[in-house]
Amino acid sequence: MRIDHDALVIGAGGAGLWAALELARAGVSTGVLTKLYPTRSHTGAAQGGVCAALGNQEEDHWEWHMFDTVKGGDYLVDQDAAEVLAHEAIETVIELEHMGLPFNRTPDGKIDQRRFGGHTRNFGEGPIKRACFAADRTGHMILQTLYQSCIKAGVQFYDEYHVVDLLFEGGEGGDGGRAAGVVAYRIADGELHTFGAKAVLLATGGNGRMFSITSNAHSLTGDGMSLVYRHGIPLEDMEFYQFHPTGIYGIGILLSEAARGEGGTLLNADGERFMSRYAPKAMELAPRDMVSRAIYLEIRDGRGAGPKKDYVYLDVRHLGRAVIEEKLPDITEFARVYLGVEPLTEPVPIQPTAHYAMGGIPTDLRTRVVRDEANTVVEGLFAAGEAACVSVHGANRLGTNSLVDLLVFGRRAGREMAAYCRAAEAPSIAADVEEPVRSELEALRTRPEGESPSALKAELATLMMDNVGVFRTAKMMATAVAGVAAIKDRYTRVRVRDTGRIFNTDLLEARELGYLIDGAEAMASSAIARTESRGAHSRDDYPERDDVNFLAHTLAYRGEAGPSLRYKPVTITRFEPKPRTY
Amino acid sequence: MQVDLRILRFDPERDAAPHWESYRVEAEPMDRVLNLLTTVKAEQDGTLTFRRSCAHGICGSDAMLINGRNRLACKIRVDQLGKKITVAPLTGLPVVKDLVVDMDTFFSKYRSVMPFLIADSPAPERERRQSQADRARYDDTTKCILCAACTTACPSFWAQPSYVGPAAIVNAHRFIFDSRDDAGDERLEILADKDGVWRCRTIFNCVDACPRGINITRAILEVSRAVVERSV
Ligand SMILES: Cc1cc2nc3c(=O)[nH]c(=O)nc-3n(C[C@H](O)[C@H](O)[C@H](O)COP(=O)(O)OP(=O)(O)OC[C@H]3O[C@@H](n4cnc5c(N)ncnc54)[C@H](O)[C@@H]3O)c2cc1C
Ligand code: SF4
Ligand code: FES
Repeated sequence: MRIDHDALVIGAGGAGLWAALELARAGVSTGVLTKLYPTRSHTGAAQGGVCAALGNQEEDHWEWHMFDTVKGGDYLVDQDAAEVLAHEAIETVIELEHMGLPFNRTPDGKIDQRRFGGHTRNFGEGPIKRACFAADRTGHMILQTLYQSCIKAGVQFYDEYHVVDLLFEGGEGGDGGRAAGVVAYRIADGELHTFGAKAVLLATGGNGRMFSITSNAHSLTGDGMSLVYRHGIPLEDMEFYQFHPTGIYGIGILLSEAARGEGGTLLNADGERFMSRYAPKAMELAPRDMVSRAIYLEIRDGRGAGPKKDYVYLDVRHLGRAVIEEKLPDITEFARVYLGVEPLTEPVPIQPTAHYAMGGIPTDLRTRVVRDEANTVVEGLFAAGEAACVSVHGANRLGTNSLVDLLVFGRRAGREMAAYCRAAEAPSIAADVEEPVRSELEALRTRPEGESPSALKAELATLMMDNVGVFRTAKMMATAVAGVAAIKDRYTRVRVRDTGRIFNTDLLEARELGYLIDGAEAMASSAIARTESRGAHSRDDYPERDDVNFLAHTLAYRGEAGPSLRYKPVTITRFEPKPRTY
Repeated sequence: MQVDLRILRFDPERDAAPHWESYRVEAEPMDRVLNLLTTVKAEQDGTLTFRRSCAHGICGSDAMLINGRNRLACKIRVDQLGKKITVAPLTGLPVVKDLVVDMDTFFSKYRSVMPFLIADSPAPERERRQSQADRARYDDTTKCILCAACTTACPSFWAQPSYVGPAAIVNAHRFIFDSRDDAGDERLEILADKDGVWRCRTIFNCVDACPRGINITRAILEVSRAVVERSV
């Protein structure tokens, strides 16, 4: 079937929904395609908060927020993008409040704010209350509020449509072609639909499911990233993947940094606040890469707790019942339900968990996808949210800055696309564009024998967790590169057991595994080539940051014999790179 | 431990009617039902179909009927259920396949109560002020994740599928009692309809079912009271 719109938004998390809202307000014919019902998107899992220099609790300035973002990202952040982020954070948070978001309130009725890791006053002097929040359900409230606003604005949704290919006109995406639409698989009946459009936004979220311990939803398989990669567009800075310090032991479900923002501490097996050794000033509120590394080192040096000495504790007991139940209710419940631990009276076992992709689809400040080191624009193609890399997070994202990213760049994407659609002509799409992906899916669905995709996925996740995790060595990364290549080869022979057409999740999970493998390939290859330590990329053979050779973004292009890498300079405007201490 | 898992299966491409299938699964007491379903799908029968995403009770994808009660499969543990576990799709919505039901009517009921803020006054430069007490007034009903566990546990909904249902009323409550909103009257009018709040018989199944611990019956009562006050 063929459906035409002027604009298509792929993904209905925070980034996609805000873009759709702007497009609807501008009167542009828009379709939102999402493989999940919009309210199932993982934006709803975000707990802690969204930073904006409102200054409701204490003096604050967006320049301070910008500085923290740049420093937190270990100077790999594009500073023009960080400026946009910090500056526009303020008006987008206010606009969300106007849309109805139920923020917690200060005694005088303003939006309440709290501390979060890496956010400081006056260029690093000490922690500041900058994170706006709605209990520990901030992401849930953002997702609900934006979805509600979209309903109000009459946005058209295509729920449970799985986008399986991108269409280009006049050449490949990586080769001068212009976006022309997408092919989507309707989950309810297995029909393929061709959607034609002038402008396409990829807001498909992250890819944490390539790791075995992760805070990410099952659905976060990096689909948008992989689809552009397959069309010759590079992926940027894939080696920078964030491990959040406080995942529930053994499962990875997140216990928000808000717990530390409210005063929670980290203890090793001896009950010692070990952060004093690693970040004496910021302690538990140091940036995530540092805290995760500190946990890793404590465990490596034998100070981990439990029978296997492989976890540490998050302790909130001293905060008292009122703070725990009013400001941290959900994460308290997670500890009770998933670990059987009572945070009011016991410390909670935690370990670092794969959490957030700093890298992704390269874009410019206007959210237009770019395809090389000269920032050549792929016409009609846009990206925002965790799937994209503008890059505001550099080598390490600060807590709360992803939600800011969704709001600021989701909104920009919608406005930019609306303007683009007014000027652009509708592309022409050939009749048989569905064929390549149809035959891929049919081959997968009907292959008579082969190995199980779920077992292969588990292998990939363990390989990546063990070898491209918090700490890396050349040997580990070489193991990962070779291992991913072998898995990629075996993937061509997997067999799906459900051969039906109606709601075939077996088929779609196998398809998603292919996306994860693409992401893992780009990540492992980008990582081994970066012979320095910066932010979340930390290796024992090159422990120092190397600004002479690596103050640059990696661009990984797909190739038959593995990815080829190129590098793009970092934009530096206000803040010269300095050593990063907390 | 070994768990006996019975699942109500239905594949419209192969089956004339739903039927029970049994599986033996090796499980830990702290495992959740979603782990069991995933294990069956990976190791025993790849055609087993269910929705899931977040795996920690926040996205609302996997509400189903587990040992006779509606719950999220990712939030209910084996040690809370015992060694015999039965799983069936939510009651009262058309089954698409196995544990997947068609959610369209559920979401259209949600949309029918105008679940969005309508403020008549022009937006100020900064945030609209709201006191902590006013904010607390509707806190409970902001927690809803639209999982449909409540509505599909409600005998009034089973008897009368046109009933708007507890989930929609919860979401109307969230706006009716928000001090910033000016469209409470319009929502109350919608809910004063014969398929609105009056169909609630305070059976409390919804409260039992809600994975977010929302006091749904109280929310419905507050809305009913507001409907009455408005009509006098
Ligand atoms: C547990 C947790 C807590 C977090 N807490 C915070 C926090 O406190 N502050 C903060 O700033 N950040 C936080 N983050 C990070 C932040 O929540 C995410 O980075 C962000 O929500 C991603 O939003 P998104 O709009 O890019 O994508 P998502 O919300 O993940 O949405 C992706 C969308 O894409 C759709 N999609 C994907 N693939 C396809 C396809 N092939 N076809 C069609 N549709 C598709 C999905 O259906 C979905 O609608 C947290 C993350 C996690 C996991
Ligand atoms: S009120 Fe509770 S049970 Fe009902 S839809 Fe919302 S979260 Fe689910
Ligand atoms: S999978 Fe999200 S609520 Fe269970």
